[in-house]
Amino acid sequence: MPHEWKPPAGKAGGFGQTETPDQVRMALIEHRFEDAGSRVSEATPGDYLALLKPRVMSLVVFTAFVGMMTAQAPVNPLIAAFSILAIAVGAGASGALNMWYDADIDAVMSRTANRPVPSGRVAPREALAFGLVLSALSVMTLGLVANWLAAGLLAFTIFFYAVIYTIWLKRWTPQNIVIGGAAGAFPPVVGWAAVTGDVSLFALVQFLIIFLWTPPHFWALALFKSGDYERAGVPMMPNVAGEASTRRQIFAYSLPVAVVAVIPALIGAASLAYGLFAGALGVVFVFHAWKVLRMEDADRGMRPAKVLFTYSVFYLFAVFAALLADGIVGRIGAAG
Amino acid sequence: MEDERVQLTDKQRKARRSRSVAIGLALAALVVLFYVVTVVKLGPGVLNRPM
Repeated sequence: MPHEWKPPAGKAGGFGQTETPDQVRMALIEHRFEDAGSRVSEATPGDYLALLKPRVMSLVVFTAFVGMMTAQAPVNPLIAAFSILAIAVGAGASGALNMWYDADIDAVMSRTANRPVPSGRVAPREALAFGLVLSALSVMTLGLVANWLAAGLLAFTIFFYAVIYTIWLKRWTPQNIVIGGAAGAFPPVVGWAAVTGDVSLFALVQFLIIFLWTPPHFWALALFKSGDYERAGVPMMPNVAGEASTRRQIFAYSLPVAVVAVIPALIGAASLAYGLFAGALGVVFVFHAWKVLRMEDADRGMRPAKVLFTYSVFYLFAVFAALLADGIVGRIGAAG
Repeated sequence: MEDERVQLTDKQRKARRSRSVAIGLALAALVVLFYVVTVVKLGPGVLNRPM
């Protein structure tokens, strides 16, 4: 008798918000072990693209490109473009591995419930295979196209995000995004290594800018999404240490964020104009963090936290855009 | 004799076709990528090898 594949019970239109996290986990485990022969996928290429977290990928591409352009080393444009592609695919692969492992958490959070795995469009084992194949492919490609130091750093970045952050830290400690932030901070270093074959102080400063920026950025989000994280059982700072402590820590982190972004000008790696621009952006960052610090407990709208979150995205983009402009001017100067 | 094969729905057939096309395009892109990288990295030296 002909038979059609049907999504597992309760998953046809994605998980509703009524299931408990344990029910969701059981459904995903059943889905994970169901008979492979009885299942025909309805996943489209778009679903697989969504597994790569395109928005995160775009930030990775941008910061890796800045790392390359600030390296001031001669580079063939095609080699640079293919290296960026390999780095982007590597970042996407770690995103797919994250979505494979975190499907149970994603299913109970409003922001992520419609992702391909929790919604049932892609089976967990398909996401795992996709992530592993792309990880290997991206690392090998970067090694062959650029060099094996860059490839090794990319492999470590994928490992750090998928294993250290996703599997180990995320469900264990409220410091998850503090340490895990390193994964997001590596792309400019990988980009730098791809064109120079080594890693310098300036590349590490770029790492540090993103590394220190990550906690206030995610804790601002966690403040106004703490209910989501609480329901999913993820120990984010607001639902472990409390909102007041989180607000203090956001402000404490905003100070080194503002200082570190100016360092490239202080060590002579970037111009004075960059230093002034980054300094001004940093002052505004600290101002918004201070507004979060002063936020009333009764303020459930949490507008200052939302403003800081939005500004933090702009801040990182603006700092790296300024580094890029500085790097391009430097290259033009060197060529002239 | 009854047909025991899996009968795909239209949606499943379309999804499978679009996945196949995407895999084909990705493989073609990889072929182009490695061809171009070989030319860029080795240039005319690609033919210069001991016989």
